[in-house]
Amino acid sequence: MEILVCVKRVPDTAENEFELNSAGNDLDRDDLVYSVNEWDNYAVEEAIQIVDKVGGNVTVITVGDDESEEVLRREMAMGANNGILLSDDAFEGSDGRGIAGILAAEVKKGSYDLILTGAQADEGAGQIGGMLAAMLEIPYASLVNKIQVGDGSIIVGREIEGGNQEMNEIGLPCVLSIQTGINEPRYVGIRGIRKVASVDIPVKAASDLGIDVNTVGEAGAKTKRVDYFVPDTGEGAEMLEGSTDEIIEKLIEKLKAKGGL
Amino acid sequence: MTQIFAYIPFKDGAAEDVALEYPSAAKKIDASASLTAVVTGSGADLDKVANDMTAIYSQVIKIDNAELAYPNADVVRKALVNIIPSDAIFLVAHNTFGMDLAPGLSVKMESAYAADIVDFEGIDGTTLKAVRQELGGAVSTHVAIDISSGAVMTVRPGSFAPVEPGSASGSVIDKSGDAGDLSAKRKFLEIVEAEVGDVDITKSDVLVSIGRGIEEQENIEIAQELAEAMNAVVSCSRPIVDAKWLEKSRQVGTSGQTVKPKVYMAMGISGSFQHLGGVKGNPFIVAVNKNPKAPIFQVADVGIVQDILEFMPSLTEAINDL
Repeated sequence: MEILVCVKRVPDTAENEFELNSAGNDLDRDDLVYSVNEWDNYAVEEAIQIVDKVGGNVTVITVGDDESEEVLRREMAMGANNGILLSDDAFEGSDGRGIAGILAAEVKKGSYDLILTGAQADEGAGQIGGMLAAMLEIPYASLVNKIQVGDGSIIVGREIEGGNQEMNEIGLPCVLSIQTGINEPRYVGIRGIRKVASVDIPVKAASDLGIDVNTVGEAGAKTKRVDYFVPDTGEGAEMLEGSTDEIIEKLIEKLKAKGGL
Repeated sequence: MTQIFAYIPFKDGAAEDVALEYPSAAKKIDASASLTAVVTGSGADLDKVANDMTAIYSQVIKIDNAELAYPNADVVRKALVNIIPSDAIFLVAHNTFGMDLAPGLSVKMESAYAADIVDFEGIDGTTLKAVRQELGGAVSTHVAIDISSGAVMTVRPGSFAPVEPGSASGSVIDKSGDAGDLSAKRKFLEIVEAEVGDVDITKSDVLVSIGRGIEEQENIEIAQELAEAMNAVVSCSRPIVDAKWLEKSRQVGTSGQTVKPKVYMAMGISGSFQHLGGVKGNPFIVAVNKNPKAPIFQVADVGIVQDILEFMPSLTEAINDL
């Protein structure tokens, strides 16, 4: 089975405290730590496990700049066979539709049985997989937390409300967005990354993909981020301050009053 | 005139709460817009929901087809493309169905797409301004959406004020005949119900709920000890279950359990909306997190900026000494 996994380099929510820049319209990006989108690691792990069972290849792909190459190498160190970087100044400022269109152009050049994405990334939209499937006119399922590979079709479980699981049979090829918890992504050490450090990763630009630059980037975007801000949420929590003993004393009084003790 | 269509999710013949929230969202998009509810399904449940919706919406479109008996997004999408005008605004809840349906629908309708909207700030020309969040709720953003060729948008449940039913006396329009070919390569099989765990966190008045801040599996014991001192039960957020440190039945959130405790101790939980979506009944929320900017502090009643691994044992000791 030929599997393509779409990945993204994102600011690491576990490693950063996000603050606005001095102009107050963008994140202060100077010291941000970036990593692979958490959901994508689960997608790559799932792809590797499928290929281990039924044979085939795992290719990881991303749309980004030179720095995005590092996330491809990380996923190749996990066990993905190939990497593809789609990079062009014209891609900058693309909305979800633009990114999906860029990916679709490359997918059409290959022959993939299964395309995986993370269920969502840093922007929290969860849009690329569904758009890609619609563009390729193949079936789609989101929030997948179980995959059982059969002959010509697969059984997938989707995580739905209340911890229940919705089981579907889907014809191949298809696009699935992968939810966290579907597996336990393997650890990647420095050594693993060194091993793939010199593997060639092809870089493809708009012209290589036959993409009209007016349909991507800022020019093609119908949905544009105007600014970042921290919402005024009113009072918020009453913050307890002082020494730990003082805080605990105040907290215990409140807990008693509210039925917590 | 702006035309807005809102998809009504329902279960067992009852519409989900978001059905009462779309009218407020629509008003914030354009107060003069027409608003139509769209209900898809089959049989008596569908008829009941369509009829219920006439108390909220002036127009209700019903699409009845055996293929739609279960809301399989790949099938529902095909029907909607044939029925919703391509330059309209289409709203659906940002839940597991909406996320499945909407991105592909925007491509098929050649419309703009925006996900998980928490607020609208009106239309200027052909640009709709909306608010959404990024990075797990750490920051908010304004987005400008070009609606000149329509828009498909998911709205976050609970973000728009619910209206009172009875505000309308609408009529049901049966569009079942326009649904078109509904064959799809994705077939719904069954729902596998969540496994019942060793404890029922929904029955406890006090929950000590842990998130990423617990750092290591061994540290869960620290939370257990606090829970014992408080006569409470340990629950958790999603990352703890993903790491297989606790059973799925202990997870609070839209993809886990919905709890209604009196007191909710959010220990090292950042407070994503998916997590908070499982905390109902307006409990007294105590948040302890070493990140002063954690979104949980916006919704908690009491906040403490400390490392839970140091704070919880001190609190346990103080409670045991009472």
